[in-house]
Amino acid sequence: MPQSPAIQISELRFRWRSNLPEVLYIPELAVARGERIFIRGPSGSGKSTLLSLLAGVSLPSAGEVRVLGKPLSTFSGPQRDHFRSDHIGFVFQLFNLIPYLSVLENVTLPCRFSRARRDKVLKTGATLEDEALRLLEHLDMGDEALIHRPVTELSVGQQQRVATARALIGAPEIIIADEPTSALDSDMRQAFLRLLFQECEAAHSTLLFVSHDRQLEPLFEQHIALDEINSAGREGP
Amino acid sequence: MAILSLALKSLVNRRFTAGLIVLSIALSVALLLGVERVRVESRNSFANTISGTDLVVGARSGAINLLLYSVFRIGDATNNISWKSYQHFARNPLVAWTIPISLGDSHKGFRVLGTNQDYFRHYRYAHKHPLHLREGRPFQDVYEAVLGYQVAKKLHYRVGQKIVIAHGAGMTSFALHADKPFTVVGILDPTGTPVDRSVHVPLEGIEAIHKDWIKGRHVPGLHISAQQARKMDLTPKLITAFLVGLKSRIATFRVQTEINDYRKEPLSAILPGVALQQLWDLMSIAEHALLVVTALVVAVGLVGMLTVMLAGLNERRREMAILRSVGARPAHIMLLITGESLLLSLVGVVMGLLLLYTTLALAQPYVESHYGLYLPLGMPSTREGIMLGLVAVAGLLIGLIPGYRAYRYSLADGMSIRI
Repeated sequence: MPQSPAIQISELRFRWRSNLPEVLYIPELAVARGERIFIRGPSGSGKSTLLSLLAGVSLPSAGEVRVLGKPLSTFSGPQRDHFRSDHIGFVFQLFNLIPYLSVLENVTLPCRFSRARRDKVLKTGATLEDEALRLLEHLDMGDEALIHRPVTELSVGQQQRVATARALIGAPEIIIADEPTSALDSDMRQAFLRLLFQECEAAHSTLLFVSHDRQLEPLFEQHIALDEINSAGREGP
Repeated sequence: MAILSLALKSLVNRRFTAGLIVLSIALSVALLLGVERVRVESRNSFANTISGTDLVVGARSGAINLLLYSVFRIGDATNNISWKSYQHFARNPLVAWTIPISLGDSHKGFRVLGTNQDYFRHYRYAHKHPLHLREGRPFQDVYEAVLGYQVAKKLHYRVGQKIVIAHGAGMTSFALHADKPFTVVGILDPTGTPVDRSVHVPLEGIEAIHKDWIKGRHVPGLHISAQQARKMDLTPKLITAFLVGLKSRIATFRVQTEINDYRKEPLSAILPGVALQQLWDLMSIAEHALLVVTALVVAVGLVGMLTVMLAGLNERRREMAILRSVGARPAHIMLLITGESLLLSLVGVVMGLLLLYTTLALAQPYVESHYGLYLPLGMPSTREGIMLGLVAVAGLLIGLIPGYRAYRYSLADGMSIRI
């Protein structure tokens, strides 16, 4: 049996309330497993909405979102929360870290909520801390002095790498990165992306990279322009 | 649990604000328990003051009034009773012993109590404890005095010292019986009762120092020296009250009725236990009011916590979104915020206890010497335990308010982060 695609969307429609206009209509979208996909979405293109639908935080008004072959709308709220913590890692634009946790605690945080990801780490024979250290090392963050510094004292680039290690721990099938490089300067951006690709490949994770920075686009295998595929408001219902 | 350890870390991170909340809860808890402890201990102290006495007899007045001035040395007697009436009842065949009491003078703010040797023989406090002299002996001569423990301690008096008694019960008095000083011959052990703050002298001594006084005033031109007074008849004519011990408690009501119906003089005989109960009933109104006020202070402390938690919630929406993105459910977020409130109240309760015990330890000597109230540093009573539990539960319930708001926020916000 062929593996189901990482993400499959058909006839997806979304509006915040039934009396408000539609903000998202995507007739068709499929992302194969292990792919690196670049989603270009200027503000107002429905980017945040799409991500919250993929994460199962919002549910479509019509149509279907399948993640790893599972139709999210058939799940209950807690089931979707479980599913998300087990299978999706997130990196946000800025301030990704919990200020009152240490670097290692921040990285291992998903394993507190997801048994599946914790077990995946422990199955390799490593402790959660070992795995966090390994990931941080791969992301050039293995320096002892850095690890023991309060997260609020790290530079933005360092914070983003800690956040990436957190998204990657326990090798979730999908990594969603929402403009993770927009606060970095362009040299840092390239370096950061290289590390991100490398780790996603090692974990066989599908990478959804959301950005409005077209310079990065050529580095990805597949590109989607959200304002082009989102036909909400362009045609009659 | 994972979420509670997160809550703890988040509080440690905001230790200044959290510390202030804990402080306000701790202060209110200490106040609540302090009031409760003073209430219980003052009751105990009152109940312990008199033991084994079946009846207290004085001039006709209310039971509480008589009990207060004769036993607790609070307030003044409405009237005196005659020595003859006292003699009459002291000789009653049902009566085992009596202790005459004569009040009205003082020494440096401490009450002077005129009595006789029977006081040292028959007076009992707490659980039928007799009085015990730590130094010296009971008085024998007219001008001898036995001091209560606190009197000697506060004024640094020793056996052999001469003291002058002042007329009236005020702290400062200009009417001194300076010509007839008394010699301290004994000092009593501490009892935790008004006895500690009394100067005990023989009834004859009280009579002697008033020989040249008429109706509470010194007669100008009349001077009777201490030695001259000795030779006069020093049998008292009036006393303030007397305590009665009966041969059998069954006779209590019979003797009480006999005294109350005495035709030659209007007297009141009261059962100390019954009068104490009346006193409690009277005091319970004030006690309840005080309890309500302190409970409100605790409520203010908890509302302060609520305010801080709610005010901080908006700033923490990003933190909640991050937690949501790593798999926390809205219920987890609620537990995090409510757990923080619970932890704050629990730490507040513990700090409040510490504060209470520190304050008690520091205030103990002062309260004992000034108010005759001994405040023990014992473990919290069941009632105090229940109060502490209620504070913690109230903290938890109040924490549900910001908890629920955080729950609503995290449902609405999801992972979209608003800065």
